[in-house]
Amino acid sequence: MSGTSLVTARERALAVLGGEPDDATLRRYLHGIAGVDAVGLEQRAAALGTRSIKTTSKRWALDRIISLIDLTTLEGADTPGKVRSLVAKAVNPDPADATTPRVAAVCVYGDMVPYAVDALGGAHGDPDDGLISVAAVATAFPSGRSSLEIKLADTAEAVEAGADEIDMVIDRGAFLAGRYGQVFDQIAAVKEACRRPDGTSASLKVILETGELVTYDNVRRASWLSILAGGDFIKTSTGKVQPAATLPVTLLMLEVVRDWHLMTGQRIGVKPAGGIRASKDAIKYLVTVAETAGEEWLQPHLFRFGASSLLNDVLLQRQKMTTGHYSGPDYVTID
Amino acid sequence: MSFLEYAPAPESRAILSLRDHYGLFIDGEFVDGRGTPFQTISPATEERIAEIANANEADVADAVAAARRAYDRTWSRMSGRDRGKYLFRIARLVQERARELAVAESLDNGKPIKESRDVDVPLVAAWFFYYAGWADKLDHAGLGANPRALGVAAQVIPWNFPLLMLAWKIAPALAAGNTVVLKPAETTPLSALIFAEILQQAELPPGVVNIITGAGDTGAALVSHEGVDKVAFTGSTAVGRAIAKQVAGTDKKVTLELGGKAANIVFDDAPIDQAIEGIVNGIFFNQGHVCCAGSRLLVQENIHDEVVERLKLRLSTLRLGDPLDKNTDIGAINSREQLERIRELSDVGVAEGAERWSAPCEIPENGFWYAPTIFTNVQTSSRIAREEIFGPVLSVLTFRTPGEAIAKANNTPYGLSAGIWTDKGSRILAVADQLRAGVVWANTFNRFDPSSPFGGYKESGYGREGGRHGLAAYLSPAPIGQAATRPSLAGPATTKPIESADAAPKRARRAATTKGSKR
Repeated sequence: MSGTSLVTARERALAVLGGEPDDATLRRYLHGIAGVDAVGLEQRAAALGTRSIKTTSKRWALDRIISLIDLTTLEGADTPGKVRSLVAKAVNPDPADATTPRVAAVCVYGDMVPYAVDALGGAHGDPDDGLISVAAVATAFPSGRSSLEIKLADTAEAVEAGADEIDMVIDRGAFLAGRYGQVFDQIAAVKEACRRPDGTSASLKVILETGELVTYDNVRRASWLSILAGGDFIKTSTGKVQPAATLPVTLLMLEVVRDWHLMTGQRIGVKPAGGIRASKDAIKYLVTVAETAGEEWLQPHLFRFGASSLLNDVLLQRQKMTTGHYSGPDYVTID
Repeated sequence: MSFLEYAPAPESRAILSLRDHYGLFIDGEFVDGRGTPFQTISPATEERIAEIANANEADVADAVAAARRAYDRTWSRMSGRDRGKYLFRIARLVQERARELAVAESLDNGKPIKESRDVDVPLVAAWFFYYAGWADKLDHAGLGANPRALGVAAQVIPWNFPLLMLAWKIAPALAAGNTVVLKPAETTPLSALIFAEILQQAELPPGVVNIITGAGDTGAALVSHEGVDKVAFTGSTAVGRAIAKQVAGTDKKVTLELGGKAANIVFDDAPIDQAIEGIVNGIFFNQGHVCCAGSRLLVQENIHDEVVERLKLRLSTLRLGDPLDKNTDIGAINSREQLERIRELSDVGVAEGAERWSAPCEIPENGFWYAPTIFTNVQTSSRIAREEIFGPVLSVLTFRTPGEAIAKANNTPYGLSAGIWTDKGSRILAVADQLRAGVVWANTFNRFDPSSPFGGYKESGYGREGGRHGLAAYLSPAPIGQAATRPSLAGPATTKPIESADAAPKRARRAATTKGSKR
């Protein structure tokens, strides 16, 4: 898949901002966006969480959740063997049921990309074609505390090794210090580093690490900033900081991409990551996506779950719907 | 398939064990009424639910007499602590039977089950819990030591929140030591009659609460009965005015909670997404059948178009349909009569030059339905900006400055509630200070809590319900000279075991046992 081209992104940012993306201009713009009332936002998220998804709708939702998962392993202990196991699970999530859809992507550290690409073989490609993408975390993930040169090299190496998607982290320190221009420039530079020699580009997911931004106003501003700087996706969390993805934060980010779409016609993706383990919770996210951004967002280029244990819970629910019986953890595979 | 066409998720009606015929609940037992019985129907399907007894003047007299007996012999002699025990018991039983009550309420009223389940019934329990705690602390209600109950309270409630309005009326009345004759609305008697069964289950002494059903003439007979010491009414301003005339010159105390045409004021610095939710919740909650509904949207002119556009997008996602489906957002209009009134006033709006926009919803064939509707280009002189529509219809007006917003908000014969949306805390305080409305919500709307007083200015009525203030409607200060000398009836000094207060509880227990065998 190819992301937005850098030139148009920068031009559009200039047009939207009405000036160079320096600290002052960005501050004026981001602080001019309407605030978020925390109580109201959380009430709305809770209300969406009470939708009752049954029978055929549930069946559809479970399959759709699987096809939206970035199956993830991000451990210091990751090995080529672990990645091969993860890939096998991604390709064939439920060996007992061939109708089970594949996940959208596997998500690994940059140095594991070659092993993932190798293990996928012919299954490597665009999720729209029933294939599986490789996503790599980059830019000194998870803290982002490194020089720009190293972040760019990190990104370029992963893209060169065959990554289709780059999950970068923003510099939360710079954001909280009000150096919005620096955050913008880094995202724009990483976006440039996503470009391949043939002119195509890896898709860029920008991780806000909402657990470190803390306030909903910050999350909203960081979302706008990331989109203005050229991110193709905005992602909640690294999974290394608590709280990770929550429904209110995801709702808020979906409101931003909805508003961006109304304003520019461009669709930006959203990826909640970390802490979504149960099918029941994942269904609440689908409801929130459909009722906020719209149902057309429920496709792999516009919505993803960053998760590892979620897949098995969905498979158990799926088996239950098929057979009418609950089974247990020994009836789904560990990766 | 479309995911958003969620598969049906209906709440089961199997939990209800309804009778085919309901009598009047007088002196702890169900008795036949002497008027012509009437049917209660489900407004969503027009299907008959049950036959309901109709109380005539003689029945009203019986109910008032039962309440007087219970007051004289039992309830006024009981300690506050023991009254509190009964109220706690009722609250717990409401919680235990919450699902049943929610299903009955949605069936009879037409409101979505998610509202009766998540709002109405939990608040009913909260109201009884709250006032249960007050029963033995009346010395601190603000009327000095040893305040006195008034006696027999006649209470007439509307159809929009049948059970919640019952709780608002009965809980403080009983806590303060009064006995009650309550008349639910003609179109929504069901949950009150199930509540009567709960009273039997709670072994409340007979006659302390009497529930009589019937139409307006039953209510009029009750209110004008000379054995009544206190009248509490929630409903339309027209009926409220008639009641005020009727009781003028008597020594009956009156509280009236009447209509409203609340302004929901949205400033240009409002948290916009939450404001949209608040506008929706303000006027489309309970199909707009809310006396404190935010039916006049006052939006700052510079964000008018954006707000209206976002509102239309949001309204397009509302789901209208079967009230018992757990995913329904907008249920049925309570009665054909009300539907006609909403239609009539909407047509007036169009004739006056306002622009009507209705959410695209499929309207079911049977039952009474009205799609969520907003009117733009509404002027302050329009009837739809002046009169209470009591339906899912929002009138959008604009303002330029805070002063203009306040002036327009106050320019109404009503004054029940108002809403303010802004990120600026100082503005919230400054504007709220100048709004003549009993309740002002800031960055939220239609939130209720038993500890918060509720009531209106001007034609929205008088008196307050809820909180410590709500007790004042059911108490009078001790006669001069007696406050300090006579021991409080509410205090623990005269506590007697519940059973010894009267022989009557035995009968209540019997009734409860009979009922118990059915469940």
